Amino acid sequence: MSMNKQLSFKRRIFGMKFTDGLFYKVILYGLLIVIGFVYLYPLLHMFTYSFKSLQDLLDPTINVLPSSLYLDNYINAFQVLEYGPLLLQTLTVTLIPAVLQTGVASLIGYGFARFQFPLKKVWFALLLATYMIPPQVTMIPRYVLFFNLGILETVFSIIIPATFGQGIASAIFVLIFYQFYLMIPKALDEAAQIDGATRWMIYTKVAIPLSLPSYLTAFLFSFVWYWNETYIMRLFLGNGGETLLIRLYNFVSAYNAILGGGNDYANEAIRMAATLLIIAPLVVAYFILQRLFIEGIDRSGITGE
Amino acid sequence: MKRTLIKKSNVLKTFFIKKMNQLTNRQRESLTGYAFISIWLVGFIFLTMIPLIESFIYSLNRITIVGGEGIRLTMVGFANYINLFTTDLTFLSRLQDFVLEMVLFVPVMNILAIMIAILLNRQFKFRGFFRAIFFLPVIITSGPVIAELLRQGAGTIPSISESGFLDILANLLPDFLNAPLQSLFSQIIFMLWFSGVQVVLYLAGLQKLDQSMYEAAQIDGANVWESFWKITLPSLKPMIVVSSIYTIVTLATFANNPIILWISNVMFNPNFGYGYAAALAWVYFFIIALMLLVTTRLVSPKEASYRVVKELEKFKR
Repeated sequence: MSMNKQLSFKRRIFGMKFTDGLFYKVILYGLLIVIGFVYLYPLLHMFTYSFKSLQDLLDPTINVLPSSLYLDNYINAFQVLEYGPLLLQTLTVTLIPAVLQTGVASLIGYGFARFQFPLKKVWFALLLATYMIPPQVTMIPRYVLFFNLGILETVFSIIIPATFGQGIASAIFVLIFYQFYLMIPKALDEAAQIDGATRWMIYTKVAIPLSLPSYLTAFLFSFVWYWNETYIMRLFLGNGGETLLIRLYNFVSAYNAILGGGNDYANEAIRMAATLLIIAPLVVAYFILQRLFIEGIDRSGITGE
Repeated sequence: MKRTLIKKSNVLKTFFIKKMNQLTNRQRESLTGYAFISIWLVGFIFLTMIPLIESFIYSLNRITIVGGEGIRLTMVGFANYINLFTTDLTFLSRLQDFVLEMVLFVPVMNILAIMIAILLNRQFKFRGFFRAIFFLPVIITSGPVIAELLRQGAGTIPSISESGFLDILANLLPDFLNAPLQSLFSQIIFMLWFSGVQVVLYLAGLQKLDQSMYEAAQIDGANVWESFWKITLPSLKPMIVVSSIYTIVTLATFANNPIILWISNVMFNPNFGYGYAAALAWVYFFIIALMLLVTTRLVSPKEASYRVVKELEKFKR
């Protein structure tokens, strides 16, 4: 009897196979929670920090949690960032290039995946090479080019590279679509061709609907990377437009200009509130799209074989 | 008026179709292919290739900005390149740090990413929830959060440094091992945050694995550990190559990278000028390319060349 009991106890802890015992579960969830915490830690840190008043910041006894929910940081940050109008401006210079870049990358990826043409290898190698080039190499010549074209300090200086597949990390997006279109069986194309479809019709009616998950993945990445870009935006947009991130970059001077000096200054807590306000749209978009996005990863063939 | 227009377009159309019909199948395919990639081709030539050539020419010059808009080039040959290797201590020391960091970071980040991907690939409750958290860095790492956090020193977990764990390590280990280990632990969050995309890559790779292989191995008496080394890891090899390339390029070109900061700094500094910055950027570009080459060779000497051959065969078809 006791022998039996001991056995069932052992079985409950370690399971029939290794993977269904309690021991395994504790380790699995333990690891998940620890790593999950490490991932979330910076965000949590910012979040708690952003509610600290100046007294809290100076008080050494207050460590992690603020003494009260101090919302003034957010109100101040909101004002200094001019959140409403700047959000709109930021969306114009991020959403438009992201959408264009995704659409164009799909077109280019389809071209490389589906057709044979002379010099294809050379162009593809060059496409991959563009991914490695530090943007600083081509920055100033592009600056001069845009100046001569008269589109410097306008939205077009961001939109035009995206439209021609030379935007931020464009090569990766082309590669995502290229890999995906390689996986679509050619028989589908042939069937459509027999029914009298042109190449363009096959692309729009067969390839695009099948690759919607890839579109989602590419768009999300593209949007995020454009949103987070400051250097190129500052250089090309100049006085022609400010984004939320450029404002964050100049936060201290903007703070002094808008809320005035005195003994009031842009302390770390206010900066944290401002940073959180800026990534808020990304986090919201992510949590809305994440289910689709993760499923997209499962199917989009981002991996490359 | 309207009628003639229609007629004209019809004439054009029939002319076009006739011309298309005169072509061989192969020529037609080439044309359509070029039509699809034409937008990239135009962009590449005007926005990347010509600027690349121009920036190389700039790197051979000393550039001064004259008045409001014009720039003046003074040919100096390879002086910029020579200066960079002989006098620019900031660049050289940052470059050295960067290369050493890569040697440490790339393997560690890949190992972490593989572990996390294997973890996330298991069946468990709240899987969606955990996945959502683990992919969160993908959204935020490229941005201001990292910059703010690095400035705040929040890239480390305070409890690690406070627990005295590192001091114990420091006493136990020789100095040359100690320094990299210290930076490893102090930047563990940084590394985890930058391995989001790699986790995505590995996860996608794991999901393509055939479960029946594991069952077969199990029947043959292999345990979990053995199946990992004999099945999982070898099948992930192509992913390791891709992920290493991604890691290097991202870490090399992200905006807070010390070398990128230095290049941007020099660019608008009248003492150095854009010519010098262009030379720096070119040298840096070559070093990145070299690192990629070495990494792909190291990760899979045969695999890499095999993949290239496979890729080329794909094109021939």
